[in-house]
Amino acid sequence: MNKSIMIVGVGGQGTLLASRILGNVAISEGYDVKVSEVHGMSQRGGSVVTYVKYGEKVFSPIIDEGEADIILAFELLEAYRALPYLKKGGKIIVNTQRISPMPVIIGDKKYPENIEEKIKEKVDAVFVDALKAAEEAGNIKAVNVVLIGVMAKNTDAAYEKWIEVLKQTVPAKFLEVNLKAFDLGYNMF
Amino acid sequence: MKRLMLGNEAIARGAYEAGVSVVSSYPGTPSTEITEYAAKYNEIYTEWAPNEKVAAEVAIGASIAGARSMSCMKHVGMNVMADPLFTVSYTGVNGGLVFCVADDPGMHSSQNEQDSRHYAKASKTMMLEPSDSAECKYFVKKAYELSEKFDTPVIIRLSTRVSHSQSLVEEEERENYLLKDYTKNIPKYVMMPGMARKRHVVVEDRIRALTAFAEDCEFNKIEMNSSKIGIIASGISYMYAKEALGDKSSYLKLGMVYPLPEKLILDFASKVEKVYVIEELDPIFEQHCRALGIDVIGKEVFSLLGEYTSEMIKKSVLGEAASQKIELDEEIPVRPPVMCAGCPHRGTFYVLKKLNLTVSGDIGCYTLGAAAPLSSLDTTICMGASVSAALGMAKARGRDFNKKLVSVIGDSTFIHSGITGLIDIVYNKGSNTVIILDNSITGMTGHQENPTTGYTIKGEPTKQVNLITLCKSIGVDRVVIADPFNLKEFERVVKEETEADEPSVIIAQRPCALLKSVKYTGNCVINDKCKKCKVCMKLGCPAISWNGENIKIDATQCNGCGLCINVCPFGAIEKVGEK
Repeated sequence: MNKSIMIVGVGGQGTLLASRILGNVAISEGYDVKVSEVHGMSQRGGSVVTYVKYGEKVFSPIIDEGEADIILAFELLEAYRALPYLKKGGKIIVNTQRISPMPVIIGDKKYPENIEEKIKEKVDAVFVDALKAAEEAGNIKAVNVVLIGVMAKNTDAAYEKWIEVLKQTVPAKFLEVNLKAFDLGYNMF
Repeated sequence: MKRLMLGNEAIARGAYEAGVSVVSSYPGTPSTEITEYAAKYNEIYTEWAPNEKVAAEVAIGASIAGARSMSCMKHVGMNVMADPLFTVSYTGVNGGLVFCVADDPGMHSSQNEQDSRHYAKASKTMMLEPSDSAECKYFVKKAYELSEKFDTPVIIRLSTRVSHSQSLVEEEERENYLLKDYTKNIPKYVMMPGMARKRHVVVEDRIRALTAFAEDCEFNKIEMNSSKIGIIASGISYMYAKEALGDKSSYLKLGMVYPLPEKLILDFASKVEKVYVIEELDPIFEQHCRALGIDVIGKEVFSLLGEYTSEMIKKSVLGEAASQKIELDEEIPVRPPVMCAGCPHRGTFYVLKKLNLTVSGDIGCYTLGAAAPLSSLDTTICMGASVSAALGMAKARGRDFNKKLVSVIGDSTFIHSGITGLIDIVYNKGSNTVIILDNSITGMTGHQENPTTGYTIKGEPTKQVNLITLCKSIGVDRVVIADPFNLKEFERVVKEETEADEPSVIIAQRPCALLKSVKYTGNCVINDKCKKCKVCMKLGCPAISWNGENIKIDATQCNGCGLCINVCPFGAIEKVGEK
């Protein structure tokens, strides 16, 4: 059975690294893997969506609505936006950080209220203050690795496998902070 | 060992393994990474050219000189290099010659969604279309063999989802390709009428030979499952169809998309009850099938617009409902791309908006100047058009209109094709003002060097095109440099230059905030002098927002560029944590 994981966030939050780490863990488990990302215009502070699919044989690199087993959301509004992609019985992991999009900033639109409650009503969800955890790990930029840690707990791959891939993917000088961030995420729930 | 590779990386790997030694391209999403990955191989001379036409010609020259060569571009880049494409089809090649073109269905990062398969047909060249990264590598290697075998340039067609998806690829050794002999051959390589007429005969013979090849080549494959439904598809559409239909249908996967086979398609159609043609964008396979007298189902079901999904294929072919999905009870605000915090263009557009100028725009990050609240651009057509279209506007509407008109164009785009428009302004007695947004890099495609940065793609220092002397040398006497973050001075310069009755160039100079060399520190905060006038919000900075009561600057977004400090009339913004 193929597994579909969708990672959503705002351009610049480090979603690509998360999808690459996840993809490499899936390879080391012996799966066929496809990772889909979009570069260019959409990275400029816009909504960013990447897909990771793995299993015996993967054809399309894209996840359709109602098909994601897990959604890893780096931002609250993006989590809400991505909900229609979640499979029945799927799980969403949400970073509670809020980043206002331009239509909200200029007062054209409102940032929806009580998103956490609305998500909780509909699906199985966990909420994470990854920014706080990243600060605790020593670098606010490690938000993505905290979230990877939370997600790792929700997959079948062993802890050691994640650490091994993390060591291969992250630059040596940031490794210590990132390992700490990963553990904070991994042990959060 | 297999590893994950972007489609674009796999193309570069294929070029490396095929023994390619020259790659020349101009960046363009979603094709850019091919050339960036090629540049990592010491064995490949790789360059960023000023535009796609130059790049293609460099590759053509290398091929004629006996090397295997490549040029890569996005779909609209193929428009720019179409001129040499149509004629190199006549001359053919010496060393193998491959052009990679990446289409962008859905326009993730483009101004149109043209279908580049038309170019293969129009230029009578062979086109292959891979559907994942492993095929990207394999098809490129095969393309070089076929290019030399059939004496033709080969076009590899990609799309965003193939270029920017990663899948598993097995690396192999590089072929030890020796340069082909170079011998002068006027009838083959000098395309003047007498020679070209003879070469046209060769081209038509070649298309017949390629069509015969398409009938039983390894790229076009029939997979028989059900005899009820048959799917004809290529590239990513084939993957969507496989995902949607699995073995509930049979497939004719077309890896060679021009020229198309005839017997193979007729044979496939005769084996199944219903034939669906699934192709994003234009009905090229569909029309081919119809011309063969096959009654296919195509664009009456599948859209001419945007990207396809497996879900919609499942629904259209099997009539199966989509997966159950969660409905949201409210409309969610969109999150469009914006200029980054600290973007130098923000200062420029703030001033242009304030002066209420007509702004003839161009292609780059600064196209985002059209978005609210800056809403500054009036037009964006294609690379370079900001300059030439503004001359047209000025000629049509006269002097007064021209005094409220400017062009904005990036440094790389100016070199690409803005300079020719500026020559037109000088030559034909225009008096336009052109603002070159010099941010020291090619920004939108992800920081590529260009002739104005002083570095090559491999990071080696090189001669730098000096924009001031360039503009002066073609006859623009008024060339002035201004810092777009010095708002008062910038406004004064724009007023002065638009007022002048002669051509002028303003070089808005400030580096891209994402460059490593740019070191803004600290972050901006609102103090108690704030009168809530919201003038800072007119900047459209993603870090500044209004929470209904107060203005707030988000510390995780702010990079301390300080533009908002310059714009605040009350001294209510200050910087903290500056190093």
